[in-house]
Amino acid sequence: MAVQTPAYGTMIPQPTEFSPQERTEALEEILTERGLVTSQVLDGLIKTYEQDVGPMNGAKVVAKAWADPEFRARLLADGTAACAELGYKGTQGEHIVALENSAKVHHVVVCTLCSCYPWPLLGLPPSWYKNPAYRARVVREPRAVLAEFGLELGPDVEISVHDSTSEVRYLVVPERPAGTERLSEEELAGLVSRDSMVGIEKAGQRR
Amino acid sequence: MSAVAAPALELEGAVSPPRSNGELIFAEPWESRAFALAVALHSSGTFTWKAFSTELATSIARWERDHPPGECYSYYRCWLEALEVILERSRVVDGAAVAGRAELLRQRPSGHDHRHS
Repeated sequence: MAVQTPAYGTMIPQPTEFSPQERTEALEEILTERGLVTSQVLDGLIKTYEQDVGPMNGAKVVAKAWADPEFRARLLADGTAACAELGYKGTQGEHIVALENSAKVHHVVVCTLCSCYPWPLLGLPPSWYKNPAYRARVVREPRAVLAEFGLELGPDVEISVHDSTSEVRYLVVPERPAGTERLSEEELAGLVSRDSMVGIEKAGQRR
Repeated sequence: MSAVAAPALELEGAVSPPRSNGELIFAEPWESRAFALAVALHSSGTFTWKAFSTELATSIARWERDHPPGECYSYYRCWLEALEVILERSRVVDGAAVAGRAELLRQRPSGHDHRHS
């Protein structure tokens, strides 16, 4: 909506009159002219998050935790440091807390306020994670929400919901599937889906 | 900026073009630019990530409280709004400057970004 301002006495256009595409392009031009960003930096960031960073990073962390008890202990004690050992650190990976699922406890992660997510381990969040319904409902009725995702948990399994903040990011370490004792770490990583590391499915049960 | 238009997508559609676990990371090119602008400005110290997250949460909460009937939720629309607010508040770029520039961009002749042979 245009507003009258006494200083100019004219209709000053407001950003909301323009589409997000127009506003973004305008912002990028202004910020580039001021030397605050360059198109090379922006292109590089987009390429990184579109092509290089993704759930395969988190899957390698989980597979290593399954295969190497000492790494598992380090991961559970200090997630940030253990992930950094494998080179996974950076924006939205500053404080990683690893949560280990068991036959008794199942962890599931949400960010009720926005969509905080461990980017260096999982890439950018999927749309269901950002969806208002998931963010509100998984806290109130986690068992029902998990069932809708196809994960039916017995009444004896405690569900623990973790709300991410701008300071803490969670990585769920799913249970290692039975019968995988002979698999290599690389083969194990192939069993670890993104959704199992957010806690809405089990490892090795990709739908 | 890429001239290739992203296909129209249903946010929660069961069929989406395969990409990173069966999902496009950015549905439209502007989303990726807005994303990268915030990350780049954070990296260079223009604002802290905590400050940006707080604005993002505020913007999302505002949309959830009140939005035009039938408007679909757009995470990156909220993201862009948060970026505009934090830049205005930290006196880096104000809304009038963005609007003024957007108006100028709109006045470009059509086909400005195409090579004419």
